[in-house]
Amino acid sequence: MGVVKNGNGGRHDAIVIGAGHNGLVAACYLARAGLDVLVLERNSYIGGAAVSRQLYESFTYSNCSYVCSLLRTEIIRGLELPRFGLQVIPYEGGCTMMRNGEHLALYDNHDALRREIARHSKRDAEAYERYLRDMLRHCRFIKPLLLREPPDPTSFKPRDIMELLYLGRHFQRLGEERMYDTLRFWTMSCADFLDEYFESDIVKAHLAGSSIIGTALGPRSAGTAYVLLHHYMGSIDGAVGAWGFARGGMGSITKALAASLEASGGTVRSAAPVEQILVRNGRAYGVALESGEEIHAPVVVSNMDVRRTFLESMDAKDLPVEFVEQVRNFKIRGSSGKLNIALDGLPRFPAIPAGSPSTRGDMHVTDTIEMMERAYDDWKEGRWSRAPYIDMLIPSQIDPTMAPDGKHYMSVFVQYCPYKLADGEWNAERRQAFGKTVIDTIAAHSPNFKDLILHAEIRTPWDIENEVGLTEGNIFQGELTFDQLLFNRPIPGYAQYRAPVRGMYMCGSSTHPGGGVMGAPGANAAGAILRDLRKAAQ
Amino acid sequence: MSRSSPVPAGNKYDCIVIGGGHNGLVCATYLARGGRSVLVLEAAGQVGGAAITREFSPGYRVSACAHLLHLMPQSLVQELSLATHGLSLASDRMPTTALSMDSSPLPIDSADVTALAARSASDAAAFPLYSARLRRLAEALQPVLESGPPRLGTDSWGDRAALLRMGWRIRRLGRRDMRELLRIGGMCVQDLLDEHFATPLLKGALGFDAVVGSNFAPRSPGSVFTLLYRLAASGAAGGSLAMPTGGLGALAQSLARAAVEAGVVIRTEAPVERILVQEDRAAGVVLRSGESFSARAVISNADPKTTFLSLLGSEHLDTGFVRRIKHLRARGLTAKMHLALDRLPSFNGLDGAALRGRLLVSPSLEYIERAFNHAKYGEFSLAPILEVTVPTVADPGLAPAGRHVLSVIVQYVPYQLATGDWEQQKERLAEIVVDILDNHAPGLRNSLTATELLTPADIEREFRISGGHWHHAELALDQFLMVRPVPGAAQYGTPLPGLFLCGAGTHPGGGVMGVAGHNAARQVLKSPAHARGEAA
Repeated sequence: MGVVKNGNGGRHDAIVIGAGHNGLVAACYLARAGLDVLVLERNSYIGGAAVSRQLYESFTYSNCSYVCSLLRTEIIRGLELPRFGLQVIPYEGGCTMMRNGEHLALYDNHDALRREIARHSKRDAEAYERYLRDMLRHCRFIKPLLLREPPDPTSFKPRDIMELLYLGRHFQRLGEERMYDTLRFWTMSCADFLDEYFESDIVKAHLAGSSIIGTALGPRSAGTAYVLLHHYMGSIDGAVGAWGFARGGMGSITKALAASLEASGGTVRSAAPVEQILVRNGRAYGVALESGEEIHAPVVVSNMDVRRTFLESMDAKDLPVEFVEQVRNFKIRGSSGKLNIALDGLPRFPAIPAGSPSTRGDMHVTDTIEMMERAYDDWKEGRWSRAPYIDMLIPSQIDPTMAPDGKHYMSVFVQYCPYKLADGEWNAERRQAFGKTVIDTIAAHSPNFKDLILHAEIRTPWDIENEVGLTEGNIFQGELTFDQLLFNRPIPGYAQYRAPVRGMYMCGSSTHPGGGVMGAPGANAAGAILRDLRKAAQ
Repeated sequence: MSRSSPVPAGNKYDCIVIGGGHNGLVCATYLARGGRSVLVLEAAGQVGGAAITREFSPGYRVSACAHLLHLMPQSLVQELSLATHGLSLASDRMPTTALSMDSSPLPIDSADVTALAARSASDAAAFPLYSARLRRLAEALQPVLESGPPRLGTDSWGDRAALLRMGWRIRRLGRRDMRELLRIGGMCVQDLLDEHFATPLLKGALGFDAVVGSNFAPRSPGSVFTLLYRLAASGAAGGSLAMPTGGLGALAQSLARAAVEAGVVIRTEAPVERILVQEDRAAGVVLRSGESFSARAVISNADPKTTFLSLLGSEHLDTGFVRRIKHLRARGLTAKMHLALDRLPSFNGLDGAALRGRLLVSPSLEYIERAFNHAKYGEFSLAPILEVTVPTVADPGLAPAGRHVLSVIVQYVPYQLATGDWEQQKERLAEIVVDILDNHAPGLRNSLTATELLTPADIEREFRISGGHWHHAELALDQFLMVRPVPGAAQYGTPLPGLFLCGAGTHPGGGVMGVAGHNAARQVLKSPAHARGEAA
């Protein structure tokens, strides 16, 4: 590396704004390449939306993101995260509960799962094999693309042409029949996609959940089949699609990243909110903190979403007019809420046979795809879903460190919840009402649930935006729709992590390949930065 | 083949076209011009399929399904010299006006934005630019529409060249437009319109063209694609809304004359029972009457489900293909309503010129979206979106002197109701539509002498389109180009040698366009087994 380290406090080789998982991943790779990296975090704690927080007695809440699956294996290995304390425990099961007492249990034992699906439909048990095979194929197709810089299809630069050719060949390798299937899959709605395999409502509802999580679309909107895939792309120790707990909560992921960063000479400063990104004649040269302090570096990397970065932390006159317009048009929509609940004991779910491992993973509460679609209709009208889709889990069953003995922590993800309500701003009273809707929905499946509640943190998109800084509380830093994927993400022509200002880069989930605790945007951004520095050094 | 019956000597043709819809007639004409002997078999008493004019009440005639001519390429109209075969336009360059209950009607015309300017100066400034850009993008897609879709992953240089041509057309747009096309291609029309405009009435009207005839609403990703598709097609057609004298049936008649002149034999009231298969290839057809015909090529203008599942039978196809056909989304959400009036309706604040055009009841994107919500759950919209034309203003011959006809497209109307059946519910929907019309044209209700409502289920029955979808199969990105109607039948040929498709279910889809028929004929003529001389 042709870059010289210069340890003095006021000046660094690179500044990363935001200590979310992508910011830390980018920082780690830069530090390992020998750069003097400083990560600045607004909050008094690091982690962004991958945090473990003690908000009630000695309970630990993963109060934003709650599942570890997408984090790329290459990153876990490359940054030696296990050595720095990351431990991922796979789910042992999962289930979906219907209001009529029906349920579908998920077991990681394939035969048990087949038998369970056959209980609802023999035909679907057969179809599930075909479904899994096809999903795995779609995963295998997309995975190699995650850690690559998307090409600009309008450019004639050798790198872009080579990358396009790579994509072409990668696609070609599928063979004719599968090329068609892939084309259709990418443009289909989740509901239509599942209809091509299954007949049982509960089987479809169970699988459809992943297609709407964090998304301002209903399961019948074209493109949601891709969102489904986006949640399948993960893996734990090579088990494709597997979801798991991070021991100690999601914060242990970012803690391990920070430790890895410090081990390679980088530094993280929390409670250091950035006011402005400093630009002089078309070049970023540092940041000004709200305290007034200025810190300089030839490389500035933003882990914030593009709206925060370019509309709130930069001077519009430093940016192309058209670019600013496109950033304004970038869709970041709040559609998800979250409840974090401290429980005095383990809630009973009569629908689930006692001792079944299916409560030791993610438990979904929904009936049918139609119910999800209706939940989406509420969101369109600026209401939270009256019958929301719920994805809940009780990590403390697996990870005793998260709650005191005999007590439990429950994470409840809720789809849909709007950022703006049709009938006025969010306030304490409306937040409570939203919480009540969710708690009642769960209580309908668990008689003793309400009595066990010791404390509940209710988070609307508005709260998430204000605490974590994600615009509209969108967990992906931008909708995962065609117009905002691959070379369109975040902005056509700026999909390669470089901002229109020299020396400035984006590394957040607003960039390819998007959100989830994946780390790929951070890793790809670091790659782009290092390539540019090498070029400059020559 | 045990099922095949002996074919009388006179009943041998090179090509048999099942269905005398506009695509079937176009296809037959080009086949005959290619030197083939061609027989068109139409189940109904008259040719035209869904492009017919018929009497829905004594003395009142109307275009029974499609009621506008704006998608058929001029090149096609000229090649078939339809003008000399009797096609004349009662009205051309028909204006579009957006009706509103709480403001005066808004003319939708990017060339004259004076009325719009009164509502929003910024919208008036943006509209011409927006339209110009969409037209540029749509133009780049025209060749994709007009050419047959290439196959993927083959070694054929033809396919590769076709793909490269498409890519090159888009590349030639230049960087900014190409990026815009790649961005908005899969977007939802609400996002696109919100980026440009503020006036709800304008957005509602522009959004209407993106969702009409589809299972889309403004928030459905892919609705910009359907808009571009429509723009591309109408661009090739001269970019103007028109109405043939005598209704769309007159177009079908002129197509039939062109066919007959080219040597095509047309038989009406000749419903096909099944397609004959011999030695694993299509060998002819058997009529419901039992009469049979043999041919080297059978080209079906019927929709894919009818063709493969009813006329051919799944036993002749492999399960994977049959599964694809069964899952083809082909249920219409668009109904057609006809009203007979004893006088000319007068719409609030509308002048005579506007009455010659099409009137839209689609006041805002939210209104459309809410209308759509019902359809998702098997209910019909309580406040549907409407496209209204008064054909008798320009074409008085369609009704008794001084009387008038209203032709109305009604969306969203599901093929099947979740609760109750259509026979009980139809009246209510008709009432709702009449109420809406009466609000916009006070007194209309009292001038009513007859009405007719065709739900998708009626359209299925009457025009033999399985699902009653006017594109035969939903027009969406996952059922377009090389995957339309399904992989394996996207190049007009089918897995069964000798059997071809030429209907709206194939690329580029429906609307009275005729391109599918034209492309299919080219494909049949190309396919070696049907080279001349081999016939008979």
